[in-house]
Amino acid sequence: MSGALFAIWRHPQSRVGLITLCFILLVALIGPWFVCSPEAYVGAPHEPPSALRWFGTTGQGQDVLAQTIVGAGPTLLVGFTVGLLVTFIGGALGISAGLIGGRFDASMTLLINVSLVIPGLPLAILLAAYLPPGPISLTAVLTLTGWAWTARVIRSQALSLSRRDFIASARVAGEPTWRIVLFELTPHLASLLLSSMIGSTIYAIGAQVGLEFLGLGDVSAVTWGTNLYWASNDQALLTRAWWTFVPTGLGVALVGFSLAMINFGLDEVSNPRLGVERRWRTALMSRGVEPDTLTPRVKR
Amino acid sequence: MRYALRRLGLYVIAALLSLVINFLLPRLSPGDPASTMFARFRGKLSPEAMGALKESLGFTEGGLWTQFKQYVYHLSQGDFGLSVAYFPQPVTEVIATGFGWTLWLAGLSVLISFTVGTGLGVLLAWRRGGRLDRTLPPLLALIGAFPYFWLAMLALWVFGFTLGWFPLRHAYGDDLQPEWSWLFISDMIRHAALPALSVVLATMGGWMLSMRNTMISVLGEDYITLAHAKGLSPRRVMLRYAARNALLPNITSFGMALGFVVSGSLLTEIVFSYPGQGYLLVQAVRAQDYPLMQGLFVMITLAVLSANWIVDLIYLTLDPRTRSGSR
Repeated sequence: MSGALFAIWRHPQSRVGLITLCFILLVALIGPWFVCSPEAYVGAPHEPPSALRWFGTTGQGQDVLAQTIVGAGPTLLVGFTVGLLVTFIGGALGISAGLIGGRFDASMTLLINVSLVIPGLPLAILLAAYLPPGPISLTAVLTLTGWAWTARVIRSQALSLSRRDFIASARVAGEPTWRIVLFELTPHLASLLLSSMIGSTIYAIGAQVGLEFLGLGDVSAVTWGTNLYWASNDQALLTRAWWTFVPTGLGVALVGFSLAMINFGLDEVSNPRLGVERRWRTALMSRGVEPDTLTPRVKR
Repeated sequence: MRYALRRLGLYVIAALLSLVINFLLPRLSPGDPASTMFARFRGKLSPEAMGALKESLGFTEGGLWTQFKQYVYHLSQGDFGLSVAYFPQPVTEVIATGFGWTLWLAGLSVLISFTVGTGLGVLLAWRRGGRLDRTLPPLLALIGAFPYFWLAMLALWVFGFTLGWFPLRHAYGDDLQPEWSWLFISDMIRHAALPALSVVLATMGGWMLSMRNTMISVLGEDYITLAHAKGLSPRRVMLRYAARNALLPNITSFGMALGFVVSGSLLTEIVFSYPGQGYLLVQAVRAQDYPLMQGLFVMITLAVLSANWIVDLIYLTLDPRTRSGSR
């Protein structure tokens, strides 16, 4: 685990991602204390950005900067909660399927594949429409539609690990199954679990903003998704009020991009060849050699 | 053949599961949406018509299993009930108005995004570490981080409202009638351009990266070195030897990605008021039109599953190893 964190820090792109993410989290945590109430009517509808209102006002005359900053918290909370839940459920199901094998594995694989081929967003829309609107419903819906990817990745890795000698010797030595899972398997899966958690968080934030944009969240709360819902409801495009939807979209993208950057570093942990290759390339470049197809490459 | 049948079995199970979800949701979810739904029809429908509607959604006497059989029977007859929002049109008629548009928009975007993305992936792997390889993946990762529909809003604002290059909404001009003429078809393409572009931009990165990665591992194989040593032209090695083999795993993920693209085009349709399934779905959600919502979900799922099946059949003809069933 600490190895994974170190690898993120060592990788230049990942470090940028980590710093950006921490900055966003900081703004989401303490930012709301520094801005006016996002629900207060502070000016005329659709005022363009000015020195007083940096991001202008919404179609209701509310401060866009305040809405963007206050909206970050609930959005990220749902996003990271779903990321954790998906990793926990998908990881537990994937590991047990890979380890137990046999009929259990066959039925798990079937369930995973079936969940993957049913289109996610229409299902999420249908579920969200039937459940009472709010963050808990959104979390449930997104977890239900998102667990299968993680389960699939973890299952195949756990399956290949469980055939290795060290698992077999642990079994022969009489280690109980829970010990094998926690102390033998999980450390080998840590970076994969972490990177699929990041992937599911990116998915959860995007899908949540999409569902709320459709009006399937609690439209009276201030979140990134409802900001976009109101922007589109107040005819932001027709009135050319670009400032009502651009900041929120940039916020979503910044979070997604910083998470994706962190994942680049994690990829090198689960696939060390990538790191060796990258350093080999940097070494070549520093000597003024542009690598092409005939340059010797790092052997597997 | 065994492979094809196994995949078909998977899709049949997936279709059945989505029917079960559809059937159970109104019965299990809090707030009793079923009675709300029927209350909205009261006064609009005669008692007999009401009875028929209840029956087509499976709300009949008897246990859950009898009700489910009833529901599936009516679905198989093409009876999805009546729409609330578009009363008194049956759900099937409403869905039919938008089906072709989604097929056209999603099909167009998926084809362009797959072709361009895969092509770029081949190039990036071939010139690994080159200028294009260093700039394009981060750029597309950045674009991919934006929500689909937000990109669509931005594109609509820049190219539609500000520059005025493209039409702002709908699938064809209000002054035109659908017909097989050059005028209409060119108008249709102009209307689809922006929505398709936003989906392509958002999904292309995934194709590109996965193609690049498989291509890189294929390039490490001995037969590539042999092809180089034989003195074949680099172009031939790249396209006929490496790209052809790297393409196969990419095609298997095609089916999975189809769901994403359909989801993306659903959201994009809403931004452009494009009269497809996504637009109808949102109308249904806003009007709490549960029969229409359910019908759309069934239709979209069935369409995605059939597309998956077609992709599997294509894969079967491309990869001889799957034919023997010994994979």
